[in-house]
Amino acid sequence: MLASSLIKRAVMAAVTLFGVAVIVFLLLRVAPGDPIAMMIGPGASAEDIASLRAHYGLDQPFLTQFVIWLAGILHGDLGTSISLHRNVVELLRERLPATLELAIVACAVAVILGGSVAILGTWLRGRGEGAIDAANGIMLAVPDFVWALAFVLVLGVFWQAFPLSGRIDPSIDPHFTTGFYLFESIFTGRFDLTRDILAHMAMPALALALPLAAIIIRILKDALSEAMLQDYVLLARVKGMSELRLIAGEALRNAVGPTLALTGVQFTFLIGGTVIVERIFAYPGIGSMAIDAVINRDLPLIQGLVLVFGALFILINLAIDVAVAALNPRLRHG
Amino acid sequence: MTEQLLSIVHLSAVSARDGNAPVLRDVSLSVARGEVHGLVGESGAGKSTIAKAILGILPGGIRITQGTIKLGGRDLLALGAHARRRLLGAEVSLIPQDPLTALNPARRIGAQLTDGLRLWRGLSARDAQTRALALLDDVQMREPARVMRAYPHELSGGMRQRVLIAAAFALDPKLVIADEPTTALDTTVQKQILRLIRAMQERHGTSVIFVTHNLGVVAQICDRATLLYMGKVMEQGTTRDLIEVPHHPYTQAVMAACPRYDRPGQELEPIPDAVLATCRAEVMAFDRAGVSHG
Repeated sequence: MLASSLIKRAVMAAVTLFGVAVIVFLLLRVAPGDPIAMMIGPGASAEDIASLRAHYGLDQPFLTQFVIWLAGILHGDLGTSISLHRNVVELLRERLPATLELAIVACAVAVILGGSVAILGTWLRGRGEGAIDAANGIMLAVPDFVWALAFVLVLGVFWQAFPLSGRIDPSIDPHFTTGFYLFESIFTGRFDLTRDILAHMAMPALALALPLAAIIIRILKDALSEAMLQDYVLLARVKGMSELRLIAGEALRNAVGPTLALTGVQFTFLIGGTVIVERIFAYPGIGSMAIDAVINRDLPLIQGLVLVFGALFILINLAIDVAVAALNPRLRHG
Repeated sequence: MTEQLLSIVHLSAVSARDGNAPVLRDVSLSVARGEVHGLVGESGAGKSTIAKAILGILPGGIRITQGTIKLGGRDLLALGAHARRRLLGAEVSLIPQDPLTALNPARRIGAQLTDGLRLWRGLSARDAQTRALALLDDVQMREPARVMRAYPHELSGGMRQRVLIAAAFALDPKLVIADEPTTALDTTVQKQILRLIRAMQERHGTSVIFVTHNLGVVAQICDRATLLYMGKVMEQGTTRDLIEVPHHPYTQAVMAACPRYDRPGQELEPIPDAVLATCRAEVMAFDRAGVSHG
């Protein structure tokens, strides 16, 4: 991709984020609920409330509040959480890696599972394809949080195959230097910790992965069947290539482009899904933090979280665009 | 008598999608080693179906009901899927109709040109590369090294067809099936491609089945030809005989409908309805005979 188009994307990303900032700021000011009322007891005096309001700058006009907040963002300051009394940037830095790891693992599971089932379905064609389509229909219909609850009951409570909550066994003090527990444990060779972290991740990651896998199966299988009808596959068949090689070597390269583009859009839904799924598994990421922030009307924290989610969506879509271009030689030389 | 490479005997096929309507009616033909054999007919005459039956790539709805296809003495229809794939992959190749869709848009030319060499000759990547460069040279491709690294969309239609011809001859196959290989190309390029196929065929001593609806092409490059109508052989013989002394009224009508360089000024005649009626009657009579026998 050319530098100029990257710059164009960066400018567009900045504009998009600004739009997100304006909208979330306005919505939170119109929405009912008062953060100060949430944090103080019923017997507080009017002076106490007024002084707290002044402390958090909530007594200023909307526009002034917005400008102060925006100026803070440009300096890398997202304000102070009203409910947690801590710097928002610091809170995000603690929690974001957990969510990123969960999302990446979930996405990897979805791609591997969805990709192999789609290839298998194309390979089987007439035989057994109906069973795959039926299973896929169910997977498409069940949302992530229903999977999560089912896993809690079956895998967590009944079989006790996986730990029910958290990110790592609380009796372990891992002394990690970064927030990326999984990656750090792998790179430092502490594989006993890797196992424990993966066990904690298994159920939430699978719950998030299954709906995405279902979409990958549906789209990729259709794209593969379509590609298998193309002349170049016919010619490769005449060359004597095996069926599996026709699918994986010839058709897949051409089918994967559109699948990847749509997977990118769906991946952003997966990030959204972390909010509820993290809550169900008490997984300490930004998703479960977002719910608390909303309950407490913690305006600075909600604003910070929404900005982070927005930035994530933009980054993911940029990465997908680069990947699609890299896979398609016609776009690459474009 | 010259040795026969390919012999098709009493081949019949039906289309299951079309209420088991016959698409091939008792077709017999043979191709000698080194012979260029034209399969001529209107669209729907069954010429492509014969080619696909040889290659084992008949579409799902088409079913062979009787007959044999023998290549070098081995019955292709009796072979198992794997053995057939091996035999066809190494000994029979295809020059497809549309060079714009027959190359994989996501793979480099070099990779697509060396597939067969690596698969069936077991060549290393480097040896296959060397051989592929020589092949591109044989088909008079300029800058073969650059073409090897290129993707299909970077080449013109004529260049892509040269690549496909090079790929078709890469394994020194015994039989090349050319399925209307010039239909999708400009007239000026058509002639070059025809000459190229003929030159490659002579150099490699390959037999070629040339599927076409163009009698001019047959006259130009075929030794013998089979004329089909509604999946039935109307006339078969050397190109010279078909052109000079056509026996069947259909052949005569087709010849009269074709522009000839050796008879300038001659009016072109559309194929008379009476001739087509004769052909159809012949086909119907054949079908009735088949039903009463069956």
